[in-house]
Amino acid sequence: MNNKILELNDIKRHFQMGTEVVNALKGVSFDVYAGEFVTIMGSSGSGKTTLLNTLGCLDKPSEGTYSLDGINIGLLNRDQLAKLRNEKIGFVFQAYNLLPRTSALENVELPLFYNPSVSAAERKERAIAALEAVKLAERMYHMPNELSGGQQQRVAIARALVNEPVMILADEATGNLDTRTSYEIMALMQELNQSKGKTIVFVTHEPDIAAFSGRTITLRDGRVMKDNTNENKRDAKEMLASLPVTEDY
Amino acid sequence: MKLINLVLLAIKALQRNKLRAFLTMLGIIIGVASVITIGAIGNGSTISIHRSLSGLGSNLITILPNSNVPGGARLQGADVETLTFKDITAIKQHAVYVAYVSPSSQAKGQVINGSLNWPTTINGVNSDFLTIRNLSVQDGISFSERDIRTYAKVCLLGKTVVKNVFPKGVNPIGKVIRFNKIPFQVIGVLAPKGQNTFGQDEDDVILSPYTTVQKRIVSSIYFGSIYASAKSEDLSDQASKELTRIMRASHRLRDNADDDFVIRTQEELIKTLSSITNLLTYLLTGIAAISLLIGGIGIMNIMYVSVVERTKEIGLRMSIGARGIDILSQFLAEAVIISVAGGLIGIILGEGLGYMIFHLLKWPPVVNTTSILVSFSFCTVIGVFFGYYPALKASRLDPIEALRYE
Repeated sequence: MNNKILELNDIKRHFQMGTEVVNALKGVSFDVYAGEFVTIMGSSGSGKTTLLNTLGCLDKPSEGTYSLDGINIGLLNRDQLAKLRNEKIGFVFQAYNLLPRTSALENVELPLFYNPSVSAAERKERAIAALEAVKLAERMYHMPNELSGGQQQRVAIARALVNEPVMILADEATGNLDTRTSYEIMALMQELNQSKGKTIVFVTHEPDIAAFSGRTITLRDGRVMKDNTNENKRDAKEMLASLPVTEDY
Repeated sequence: MKLINLVLLAIKALQRNKLRAFLTMLGIIIGVASVITIGAIGNGSTISIHRSLSGLGSNLITILPNSNVPGGARLQGADVETLTFKDITAIKQHAVYVAYVSPSSQAKGQVINGSLNWPTTINGVNSDFLTIRNLSVQDGISFSERDIRTYAKVCLLGKTVVKNVFPKGVNPIGKVIRFNKIPFQVIGVLAPKGQNTFGQDEDDVILSPYTTVQKRIVSSIYFGSIYASAKSEDLSDQASKELTRIMRASHRLRDNADDDFVIRTQEELIKTLSSITNLLTYLLTGIAAISLLIGGIGIMNIMYVSVVERTKEIGLRMSIGARGIDILSQFLAEAVIISVAGGLIGIILGEGLGYMIFHLLKWPPVVNTTSILVSFSFCTVIGVFFGYYPALKASRLDPIEALRYE
């Protein structure tokens, strides 16, 4: 279990904004090992989004090296990055980003369309398995607008799982959800982490959510300010059970 | 990406906005349908002209007198007196490519039967005339060589004349009618031919031996025209050249003198008329092709809107592993599917419409495979051409910006 999934070595990223150079990341180094559940915290302007783009292989660092599953992404071109994203990363977004008027099943199948080695039959089989993993198999023919926010996010998680990535990269995945649903999503994340051994990198600005992870990296002004293991990690299922049952339910 | 996956993805994307896909298609549908319909009408009218002219006898060659006197008052062709029986004899003797020849001496006048009368034309001809003009005797008999020799006052009536000077139910055979006071015995009735291409009633005619007409009505030894028929349609040109030679010899024209006659073949007439309809067809097809082009621009426009509207989707697809080429091919496939589907519907619609028009005009149905193939490939080209730029734009989006696009 001790193989490095992520290896960041003095990552710097600067953007040219007109005549000024903006330094979004000023030297970020940390490693993430397989099976870890890491949250990345930070206020706006801390370089959180830039780091996320880099981790997601959507962007390349200006300086420093970033290796994902042993592959140095600085050496890859646009198409190779796309292939890497397809094979190694499962994205979960704040706004779910499901295709409208497309069934849950088809949404989950989508990443496999870009993987030429997967046949149509296998694609469907794997998509159903992923939906089962998020407990939405019975809703697979529902359109996104027929699903609640939490269910939509679970479809998105199934989509992130379907290509069996080495890392699930979540960007404020609970940002659009109420507390109860957020806990449900976090419970799912914890389950995927614990029982399936999935490596999860979860970007958030809520300390409440970060408490569910095993390790929190706090960014500030383009640098890692804190990188600590959560001693008293909370269990989302227990939290969920302890939530008062409101009148709405 | 596999082609099947590409097509699947494109079809799924189009299905999400069926109405818009259909409306975009409509431009192509209308364009293709109009190209095909107009092409079919043009084709059909050419064939129909050919057919109705062939009805006159497709090997028909007409010799008309022509004034070659320079200066002075120019006379109308028919008033020029150059064609004589000598020419007929010469043609019969020397022509190799000519099967039949008949003089024609026409006169207008009033035909009278009892209290009924009718203005018509008497045409003095020989018995070959019927063959040359594809005419046949429906009732009675045609006139003989003997009738011609003896200036017999016998005639064949066209259906229109019969209808106008004989009461219903009366058999005209054997009856005597008068044409400009001269009595003629009716020996036969011609089978109806209807109107020709120029709207003339071909049944409004009386045929009589040319000798009779020349002597008793027009009082002239000259013919208004000579009709001949080539041995086959292909030999029309040779026959025409041969006739020119024979006529020049018969008229003893010097080498530097102009012809004092004009020879017209049916072939030329068909060519002239076809060239007019062809020109019209090309013109209209051109206009229809413009509508196809506008349909293509419609596709481009919608694809642009679609790329902007689906920026977030493009970002998502890129983040889950779509390469630029995958995005490009998907949008290109969408454009091609729209235009090809539109093309197919347009072809079916155009062919259906063409068939309906052909049915109404009683033209023989023709399926023009060329126009189908041309418009079909044109559609594909339009799809690729007008879909490429928006698709390229989509494929070049930055995934980070596309994902954050609102």
